[in-house]
Amino acid sequence: MPDTPITPTERPVHFLHRGQLQQVGGLPPTTTVLQWLRGHAHCTGSKEGCAEGDCGACTVVVATPDAQAPGGVRLDNVNACIQFLPTLDGKALYTVEDVAPTPDTLHPCQQALVQCHGSQCGFCTPGFVMSMWQLYQAHDQAPPREALADALSGNLCRCTGYRPILDAAQQMFDAPRQVLDTAPVAQALAALPDSTLVLGREPGQRFIAPRSLAEFAQWRAALPEARILAGATDIGLWVNKQFRTLGDILYVGQVPELRAITPWADGKGLSIGAAASLEAAWSALAERLPALKELWLRFASPPVRRAGTLGGNVANGSPIGDAPPVLLALGAELVLRHGEHTRRVPLSGFYLDYMKNDLQPGEFLQSIEVPWPTAGQMVRAYKVSKRRDSDISAVCAAFGLTVEHGVITEARVAYGGMAATARRAALVEQALVGHPWNEATVQRAQAALAQDFTPLSDLRASQGYRQQVAANLIRRCWLETRPQAPMAGDQVEVWPAVV
Amino acid sequence: MNQTVDAGVKALSQATASTAAGQSRPHESAHLHVAGAAPYIDDLPELQGTLHAALGLSPVAHGRLLHIDVAGLKALPGVVDVITAADIPGTNDCGPVIHDDPILADGVVHYLGQPVVAVLSHDRELARRAAARLKDFVQIEPLPPVLDPLQAHAQQQYVVPPMHMARGDVPTALAQAPHTVQGRIELGGQEQFYLEGQISYAVPKENRGMLVHCSTQHPSEMQHAVAHALGLHAHHVQVECRRMGGGFGGKESQSAVFACVAAVAARKLNRPVKMRPDRDDDFMITGRRHCFVHDYTVGHDAEGRLLAADVDMVSRCGYSADLSAPVMGRALCHFDNAYWLPNVQIDGFCARTNTQSNTAFRGFGGPQGAFAVEYILDTVARRLGRDALDVRMANLYGQHERNVTPYGQVVEDNVLQALIGQLVHSSDYRARREAVNAFNATSPVLKKGLALTPVKFGISFNLVHLNQAGALVHVYNDGSILVNHGGTEMGQGLNTKVAQMVAHTLGVSLERVRVSATDTSKVANTSATAASTGSDLNGKAAADAAQQIRQRLLAHLAAKHQVPVDTVDLAHDVATVNGQTVSFEDLVMSAYVARVQLWSDGFYATPKLHWDRNTMQGRPFYYFAYGASVSEVLVDTLTGEHKVLRADVLHDVGRSINPALDIGQVEGAFIQGMGWMTTEELVWHPTSGKLLTHAPSTYKIPTASDCPADFRVNLFTNENVEDSVYRSKAVGEPPLLLPFSVFFAIRDAISAVGQHRVDPPLRAPATAEAILEAITAVQASA
Repeated sequence: MPDTPITPTERPVHFLHRGQLQQVGGLPPTTTVLQWLRGHAHCTGSKEGCAEGDCGACTVVVATPDAQAPGGVRLDNVNACIQFLPTLDGKALYTVEDVAPTPDTLHPCQQALVQCHGSQCGFCTPGFVMSMWQLYQAHDQAPPREALADALSGNLCRCTGYRPILDAAQQMFDAPRQVLDTAPVAQALAALPDSTLVLGREPGQRFIAPRSLAEFAQWRAALPEARILAGATDIGLWVNKQFRTLGDILYVGQVPELRAITPWADGKGLSIGAAASLEAAWSALAERLPALKELWLRFASPPVRRAGTLGGNVANGSPIGDAPPVLLALGAELVLRHGEHTRRVPLSGFYLDYMKNDLQPGEFLQSIEVPWPTAGQMVRAYKVSKRRDSDISAVCAAFGLTVEHGVITEARVAYGGMAATARRAALVEQALVGHPWNEATVQRAQAALAQDFTPLSDLRASQGYRQQVAANLIRRCWLETRPQAPMAGDQVEVWPAVV
Repeated sequence: MNQTVDAGVKALSQATASTAAGQSRPHESAHLHVAGAAPYIDDLPELQGTLHAALGLSPVAHGRLLHIDVAGLKALPGVVDVITAADIPGTNDCGPVIHDDPILADGVVHYLGQPVVAVLSHDRELARRAAARLKDFVQIEPLPPVLDPLQAHAQQQYVVPPMHMARGDVPTALAQAPHTVQGRIELGGQEQFYLEGQISYAVPKENRGMLVHCSTQHPSEMQHAVAHALGLHAHHVQVECRRMGGGFGGKESQSAVFACVAAVAARKLNRPVKMRPDRDDDFMITGRRHCFVHDYTVGHDAEGRLLAADVDMVSRCGYSADLSAPVMGRALCHFDNAYWLPNVQIDGFCARTNTQSNTAFRGFGGPQGAFAVEYILDTVARRLGRDALDVRMANLYGQHERNVTPYGQVVEDNVLQALIGQLVHSSDYRARREAVNAFNATSPVLKKGLALTPVKFGISFNLVHLNQAGALVHVYNDGSILVNHGGTEMGQGLNTKVAQMVAHTLGVSLERVRVSATDTSKVANTSATAASTGSDLNGKAAADAAQQIRQRLLAHLAAKHQVPVDTVDLAHDVATVNGQTVSFEDLVMSAYVARVQLWSDGFYATPKLHWDRNTMQGRPFYYFAYGASVSEVLVDTLTGEHKVLRADVLHDVGRSINPALDIGQVEGAFIQGMGWMTTEELVWHPTSGKLLTHAPSTYKIPTASDCPADFRVNLFTNENVEDSVYRSKAVGEPPLLLPFSVFFAIRDAISAVGQHRVDPPLRAPATAEAILEAITAVQASA
């Protein structure tokens, strides 16, 4: 293996916007899509409301070549305020200015918003239009109200109270269909360069987007100091809010192998590429394990779930990331890669301390290996936050319990929000394993929890609340899975997963 | 999805389908909003040479400002200049009432987040990066901060002197009351969270003139603030605002610091300057709804009727007065909410803390005051083992007796009994109460709660002289019409309603009427678009102008045809005279050729108002708006999470000018108020005073999932008994109080944990944590 990657050839970012090929170079690689739209392309329809991906006023739709998607193009609504412009390489960008068929007419999603009185101050409206437009392309008829609310959970409106917007999202399907013809888009995208993007010459200021796993591994080995970028749903804030300098950026989003989600050869598990989107990864997990659906929907808003990656959530290692507790409860392992060498480590040993992990210089996360639960193993995952949608957990809890003949034989209980890293509750597990799954054991486990964690008090919750809820979630799990008269989700949760 | 709303809109539309007023018409900018073609100030093309300002904020809550290393800041990448208090040519103050609000800190810093310098760059990002480094270039000697309003109250540290409102003999009535209750109510503040952040764009003009594009609810006040800052007169300064991306009170007084900084910098450098703070800076710099602590003692009878109430209200004002005095005044005036209080004394204390200066927010103290009496009645009902609805009904204002407010105004337009009666029936309250009890009896983890709360809200500015407005209506000789008025459009649909009133008054179609940007050079001395009065005042003023033009046109037509003026008419774009019809275009052209003035000014001053600030007595309100709502919630006793299952609303907007817009206001206020009552929590660091919830990632306003799946909103059939515009009623603020029913439904559900024998000590906002705490307390005492 050569120590340095293939000699890079610098080229500008190529993407389609308003039917035109844009070739953009010479801008800082952390220029956001929103900054480019408003400041350089003079398209001011997309708004900045928060610059942190939480309000959705900047929502745009990105079309990406995707063999699995209908027409070969996947349409994702994302937050333009935290997407760096070079991530658009090889893609097409759509904004509120692009959805109407002609300058004097409106798209059904726009028309429905007018008819239902879905805009008041209008500042959030372009973002809603784009989330609705994406939803419109993905469905032939109106999804149920809960699904509409989920689809719009990344768009904040402070004026309407949402009812007229939800009405509009439903009614837009009633008008004669006006769907984007993706075939010519796919064709145009296919004509864009598919070489590795290297933007900038100065070391420490480059944006590098390799197009294959092998090439990515080479770059990573050569640039161990480079910042690996995935969905930018966190790193975007480092730039916008903390003014951090990122150094060389190594982007995982263009590596097809890293986006793959593949069943294990023996069918006993799932291999999730580190750059698979949160939406794709959770969808695959919840399809097999419906108990994870609630956490999937509450994990983040769709624009964040579509931009963000499971690998990013795992590698970032935030104590309040919602994927690690679940993956810990499932007994997931990680495949780490350095050059051509890979090693497999259990996730339970990966986190060393606050925002510190076991990755060695030049190494990167290649995939997350998730074994499916075996017979007799129960899985539950719960999130508690101030707001149902698009909020950060006060406490996240995940349970993987194997009960044989009424006795717990294996327990993986993991929490987020309770310590410097997401981690398993060793004493709780100890209090469970070898004991009958009954009320007395639950009480012992709840008592043990107090010894497992000393959580912080912060703006999301106090220490006392975290401890109390973390213990109560053991009870919720018990009520749902107890052998006698187990309670249904809608008897123990106000936002039950539809199991 | 919501059949009731559609049906209500349709019924009202048909009743008045013959005129432009009374119809559900889309917001005048709706087609622009959805196309991304409605420009906000940051969307205006930037003039060549434009500089961007970013504010450097105080890193401490209180301290003596010893030195600013301006040269050091200027040496940072991209910095063109740095503005400090010393650069302000006029007065370093932008306080709306009392002059205690420096534009840039001078001598002392009063809160963490206070603007100390403005950094200018050709590139906004470079300006922000440099400004963020202020802490490395400033010397501040720390002073002990006061961060807790109760601590400030204990030290008698206030931004304005305490206020007092009283009627009757409270001590005697309390002593004689069969029952007394006392307690403390904690009520959090609320961030406006307008989606468009604060922004001003100042452009120097000839002969010391300054044009400021400002996202503001109060262009005239911005004009005066900028003039004072620049040491100029009002006629030097022009402030323009086409639309805001939301205001909610947050852009009434507190747009001033941004307007003044932009103007001062533009004057100093003689270049256009744009001042757009990032969302976090917006949170850190500006204030919001005051949080309140109420300490109460009440006496009541066996029916739950309040006989006496003694209440101390302490509000967190922050470091300066801003609008805190009138906010407290309105809190005092709304403690009665819908209820007759024979003996009452209320003291209001405006606590000075080293935090952001709190300000107007939809309701303006009224919700904080009314929340207290609702909390008290909820408590009284539980102690008596009665349904809270029955206790509320027993306390309602009467029609002809028990109808004088504590501030001496007679409630002349009370519709509470009828309105609540209708809602009790349509919401099926009694049967659902039984169903909730039945559910709770068999559900160990989840508990349901139900509550009905009413609203009575006074309409007018308490300060009488603010109740005035002006407008200009231009009829061009092609028959098109342009309206300009002193109100501002922040999404509420004011421009749409004003246009409807102009079309209605003239007798022409709405499509002829266009409303232009609010501009201090067109209508002078305007009041803030606030206190829900936008349509009442500006609609009347515009109708006055339109009426004058209409009379001139009809007089011209009558004279031309030599018939009495009362035999001619103008309706539906057509004039009729002598059995003939004349199109509006022909009529206008004919009048123009005959040299008839086709434009007019209009003016309106609300009648009947008087108010004595010292005695807190008078008639501060022209009329009252009413409403009520029923909410049903589901609470998780393991986590404290909750969900609103259903909400029924019946609200009085008088005779609606535009039912769709009014329902939009009612629903929007309901969800916004629900956020205040539940998930929207402000957290300051207990020792540094740093606001920790300063962006949507940490401050949680409702999302689409929080909108109740079953949400039934109807307008109450009514006409304003006063001669208001179109006999309508103001709608901006009153419905913000409707979701009190969500809070008390949650309290009811918690109460079910202890079989309604224990009063849940629930604070607002009822976050999951607050709810679980209350549940735990109930379990402990049950």
